[in-house]
Amino acid sequence: MRVDTAKCQGHNRCYALAPELFDVDDYGNAHELNDGVVPTGLEDKARLALANCPEYAISIEE
Amino acid sequence: MTSSYGPVSDWQNDFDHADPKYNENIHEIWNDLLENKKCPVAHTERYGGTWLPLTHEYVHEVAYDTEHFTSRSVIVSRLKPSQMEIPPPPAPIGTAPPITSDPPFHHEARRLLLPAFAPKKIEPWEEEVRQICNELIDKMGDAEHVDAALQYAQHIPVMVIARMLGLPLEDSDRFRGWVHLVLEAVNEEPEMRRKKFEEFDAYLDYHVQDHIENPRDDLISYLLDAEIMGNKLLPEHVRGTIVLLLIAGIDTTWSGIGSSLWHLATNSVDRRRLVENPALRPTAVEEFLRAYAPVTMARLVKEDYDFHGCPMEAEDWVLLPFPAANRDPNVFEDADKVIIDREENRHAAFGLGIHRCVGSNLARLEMNVAVDVFLERFPDFELNTSEEVKWSVGQVRGPRTLPIRVLARR
Repeated sequence: MRVDTAKCQGHNRCYALAPELFDVDDYGNAHELNDGVVPTGLEDKARLALANCPEYAISIEE
Repeated sequence: MTSSYGPVSDWQNDFDHADPKYNENIHEIWNDLLENKKCPVAHTERYGGTWLPLTHEYVHEVAYDTEHFTSRSVIVSRLKPSQMEIPPPPAPIGTAPPITSDPPFHHEARRLLLPAFAPKKIEPWEEEVRQICNELIDKMGDAEHVDAALQYAQHIPVMVIARMLGLPLEDSDRFRGWVHLVLEAVNEEPEMRRKKFEEFDAYLDYHVQDHIENPRDDLISYLLDAEIMGNKLLPEHVRGTIVLLLIAGIDTTWSGIGSSLWHLATNSVDRRRLVENPALRPTAVEEFLRAYAPVTMARLVKEDYDFHGCPMEAEDWVLLPFPAANRDPNVFEDADKVIIDREENRHAAFGLGIHRCVGSNLARLEMNVAVDVFLERFPDFELNTSEEVKWSVGQVRGPRTLPIRVLARR
């Protein structure tokens, strides 16, 4: 799972929905935790974050 | 207030977003426009020429295109920058940076503000917002009839942003007066508007001077102390950013809270679901943000430009109705239905692209807490249909009166 930092505008939907998978910096821009590897059991949360990003900045490879 | 351009009879070719009928009937007007036209862009000669793209695709495109569109002025009014006696500072800075700034200056001006509104800076405000909301409900006593806009929604963001900026809370009526001036009175006589703006400027100058002499821990002192590329901000930059935070921080969230409570007052099933299931409330607030997004932004066309067959001319206005993008059936399933447990919700209530609302984390916090406290304290209520719901006029949409009958309280 990746956050495209060029597309991210800091809406913070991913961080609000899945703080286990994302963090935000001092400017409110998001990045993925754990090198983007989604721990087992959190796949639905990753998909939820993707489906709520207004800038289409999150991608998931399975 | 009626538009000085006169009432609208043809929304396709002569629309006026500041006609009171527009916000009252906004969803019907958009649906009619989209059904009747091949090109989903309405046009009016009012305000010197204004365009209104209505699909998510087009709104997205304009929001991202800083080459053809400038943010120099984001509130459509009768005078364009070139027609004003004292024109606003040109892009890249603009009147109220960074919302009126273009790249590359925009990036620096925005980066300066972002840390103050980042999630981890905003989260600690929750208890204070909760206390403000509870005190407003306490003040209503045991009245059966209350106004959720006048006695509740309109006060919450004013008190929070005045505290953050370091402006006197007792001036909140004046702040709301200036919100009306900037956002609603857009078709008033320009000369009259200019005089009122001078009063606003004088007020801000006084408080900026006071902060220069007596620095404290608030956003005005922060701006006075801040630097862009090694230089202190110009005085007009500081003042412009205060205007932005004050105006944009008040009207928008007040409208968002009001529309959410309007929905709950008119939909008993959703109201009961949220009373019984507090965990669903944050998802519902996102849906209220989608379905009743308060803010329509605007741009000016830089040079003559053909936008999908629309012959846009230099200095034409282009409205950016994020609320209409949020109801585009190509992006949202059952776009016209309010589904409070909608899981996939890429709504654009806070804009798209580089001008994403800098205060979105604060607005979300205020909306969530305001809805939460209202439902906790008034587990049952309904619209008082014997009185009128009055909607705002102009680019920010929300109920200005919201008469409620309280059916249960605690």
